[in-house]
Amino acid sequence: MRILISVGLAALCATAALAQHIDNARGPVPVMEEHAPPPLQNPDNSDVRRQRAYAMQPPIIPHKIEGYQTDRNANRCMMCHARTRTEQSQAPMISVSHFTDRDGNFLAELSPRRYFCLQCHVPQVPVKPLVENRYIDVETMLRRGGSASTLPGRE
Amino acid sequence: MKLTRREFFKQSAALSTATAAGIPATAGAANIVTDAALTKLQWSKAPCRFCGVGCGVNVAVRDGKVVATHGDINAEVNRGINCVKGYFLSKIMYGADRLTEPLLRMKDGKYDKNGELQPVSWDRAFDVMAEQFKKALRDKGPTSVGMFGSGQWTIWEGYAAAKLLKAGFRSNNIDPNARHCMASAVAGFMRTFGMDEPMGCYDDIENGQVFVLWGANMAEMHPILWSRITDRRLSSPQSRVVTLSVYENRSYDLADLTLTFRPQTDLAIMNYIANHIIRSGAVNRGFVDRHARFMVGNTDIGYGLRPENPLQKARNVADPGGGKPATFEEYAAFVSRYDLDSVAELSRVPRQRLEQLAQLYADPKTPVMSLFTMGFNQHTRGTWCSHLLYNLHLLTGKIAAPGNGPFSLTGQPSACGTAREVGTFSHRLPADMVVTNPKHRETAETIWKLPPGTIPDKPGYHAVQQNRMLKDGKLNAYWVMCNNNMQAAPNIVEEAWPGYRNPDNFIVVSDAYPTVTTVAADLVLPTAMWVEKEGAYGNAERRTQFWHQLVSAPGQARSDLWQIMEFSKRFRMEEVWPAELLDKAPNYRGKTLYDVLFRNGEVDKFPASQVEAGYANDEAKAFGFYVQKGLFEEYARFGRGHGHDLAPFDAYHQARGLRWPVVDGKETRWRYREGYDPYVKAGEDVNFYGMPDGKAVIYALPYEPAAEEPDKDYPFWLCTGRVLEHWHSGSMTRRVPELYRAFPDAVCYMHPDDARRLGLRRGDDIEISSRRGAMRTRVETRGRNKPPPGLIFVPWFDAGQLINKVTLDATCPISLQTDFKKCAVQIRKV
Repeated sequence: MRILISVGLAALCATAALAQHIDNARGPVPVMEEHAPPPLQNPDNSDVRRQRAYAMQPPIIPHKIEGYQTDRNANRCMMCHARTRTEQSQAPMISVSHFTDRDGNFLAELSPRRYFCLQCHVPQVPVKPLVENRYIDVETMLRRGGSASTLPGRE
Repeated sequence: MKLTRREFFKQSAALSTATAAGIPATAGAANIVTDAALTKLQWSKAPCRFCGVGCGVNVAVRDGKVVATHGDINAEVNRGINCVKGYFLSKIMYGADRLTEPLLRMKDGKYDKNGELQPVSWDRAFDVMAEQFKKALRDKGPTSVGMFGSGQWTIWEGYAAAKLLKAGFRSNNIDPNARHCMASAVAGFMRTFGMDEPMGCYDDIENGQVFVLWGANMAEMHPILWSRITDRRLSSPQSRVVTLSVYENRSYDLADLTLTFRPQTDLAIMNYIANHIIRSGAVNRGFVDRHARFMVGNTDIGYGLRPENPLQKARNVADPGGGKPATFEEYAAFVSRYDLDSVAELSRVPRQRLEQLAQLYADPKTPVMSLFTMGFNQHTRGTWCSHLLYNLHLLTGKIAAPGNGPFSLTGQPSACGTAREVGTFSHRLPADMVVTNPKHRETAETIWKLPPGTIPDKPGYHAVQQNRMLKDGKLNAYWVMCNNNMQAAPNIVEEAWPGYRNPDNFIVVSDAYPTVTTVAADLVLPTAMWVEKEGAYGNAERRTQFWHQLVSAPGQARSDLWQIMEFSKRFRMEEVWPAELLDKAPNYRGKTLYDVLFRNGEVDKFPASQVEAGYANDEAKAFGFYVQKGLFEEYARFGRGHGHDLAPFDAYHQARGLRWPVVDGKETRWRYREGYDPYVKAGEDVNFYGMPDGKAVIYALPYEPAAEEPDKDYPFWLCTGRVLEHWHSGSMTRRVPELYRAFPDAVCYMHPDDARRLGLRRGDDIEISSRRGAMRTRVETRGRNKPPPGLIFVPWFDAGQLINKVTLDATCPISLQTDFKKCAVQIRKV
């Protein structure tokens, strides 16, 4: 009997949990209540390159950048990622796209419009995502075959 | 599958041997797919979903999903680049918790304010919702229903919503979240120039020399425009960048001159510069005499708080926007008290820096572009800030010319296109018209084919007032669309939360994802987003941009447009209009709101077959006509012929956006200037034609203190704002793992000396509290923002750490926009 009751209670709780609508970006804490904020964590410093989600994605930064000077006078990132520094540093060279100006002309050096690296490239704190993302990599789509048809209007 | 480095090479070698020997490897085993038919992606254009810069994006679709996005090389705004958020647009629609079915708060299968949110059909959702709206209309009339919309609405969604509320329900209680964002800029432009939005455009950057950032941190909030300014600064040696802010931020990294000032003293700094211009003989008298006039504005106007607040016992609280005409001499005398010494002391900016900035404005040979956004707009004297800045440009004639002028930046993708131009504010109609002007109402009633007197003549509840009226039980049926106001609104502990949960009220929230606002709702409607629908946005430089529907929305999610139009079918005219009004339009008897608003011979003029071949359009399919085109063409009639001209609908699907006014197929880059603006006649040189006399207004306005300043009990200034990696409340960007990991949670930036004095270390758990509420976060003494002692900065993107529990709901009394940048707080270690 006791077992039956507890099973019944568990089922009830499960239903209640299912029915409860929460904002996963906040978690289960009621809006008008406060809780301990997640601790500060250091970003990934493994220097291991990550696969990009798609070809044109700016790569993330797999190392610490704290204290890097990137201002009008100096760009610390370019000390390793500039074309002329990569042999010594073994860091990836900035993409060739970074040598073009607004009109698509190639320049001899990093284009000034690409000067502030952190507008596109960001470090990563090794935390679990708040919500799973179901974006499908195009490679996965190619591998599973299927039609080349694309837009819903063309189905 | 995880492979070691050795295994990886072994497998790769085996594969290439097999391929070389002509042995067919399976598709899964081949290392590269080269079949062009298989690797082809379908690319289409769209504007970015995020900020008001309005970058062009190329979107790749494969098998009904967005698989890649990158900066459009043909888009003039961004020429091939995006910021980190823009690059991850491909993932924003794919968070696993997308809302896919309507949810109604129920107990025992019936609607109950205290029940749990449970799935229901669209039919059931609209039944209950219509019943609640009808009940409010019946019991208390049109002022008891309302809507809170968005600068993220597409143009036609905002237009349909405004029409439903103002013409259908006859309620002006519709306001956009853009009220929190740029209402002060609107008020400033309207009062000085008689027309909203900047006179210049982004081309000012490539044509400019000095760029002054007034409280705008463009490096994080407008990254791609910042890349254009960086490009200009680094490639043109004579150019200069000046940043003004209440704390040091990333925009300081490019600056030649920086001014960190005490909050609220920007008012005094601008008056000092005006004084300097006058005293140094730098006034362009020819320009001022021909193109400007002077006014002294009312002072002591209160702080937009509830009437019982002691701060509302101000002299001109009833007429905050009033003033009287003045002469140049009176104006000069007014600003003369803002001398260098007293302003340096008040603002705590070194004298030399103030002087350097003043000289840049005064030098007749130096073009100056001034950029402003939330630092100005979110200010209890935000409208004044706009005026005082325009004064500097008008006194020197540095305006409405390439490289010269004040430029208001926007935070939302269609703050301009939808909120401002369509006029989804509680006092506005399309094309800068207002509900208080009988002629404007008449224009709207004619275009909308309504009997005279349909549109109410009193402004409705604005954003902050809506939450107050919900709490007070005067606004009872309420629809929140395309925004997250439980996170974004000020003072949510005292106003928003009690308002939403007031048992007298029924709250509907339409969104793509669960948010703290959907959690507070009674009915949640699942919504299509971005390229799941055909859309149009207008960016900060008056550029209108279109996109096609590229993918389908998940489950039963539907666009805001479909929701508005479908809901309107639930109302018979007899249920929403009084008999006297229907007597004036007897042919509307027995019809529905849908018939009158959307099947009026205009909106339904274009057949669904006109949708561009190859693209889906779920709304055209649902309603049987090209809804977006009909709404746009009807809307465009409001602005054509008087300086707000929009191009024909189809032109926008071809172009990478066009900047209005678009006359004879040509866009306008600099308004009010002969040779650029078709509305300025030959020989006029400059004509501020928004004003009947063609003259812009220079307002004399003083420095007045902030609504709440630090004291013994609450010794810190709190400034709130945003970060580069997240967009606004983070409901999209925090669901993209790369963006979430780049900046996972909010923190409190503070000066290391303040931390030391409070016995705090970096990473400590703290409680920040004000007279209204408290929130918990962590101390950050390093990183991108460096506040001076006495001020803290906390971003508001984090739903887990709601800083708006702490903020004050004081507004600019003219623009009615909240000051999210200033209130007094205390900090304690938890």
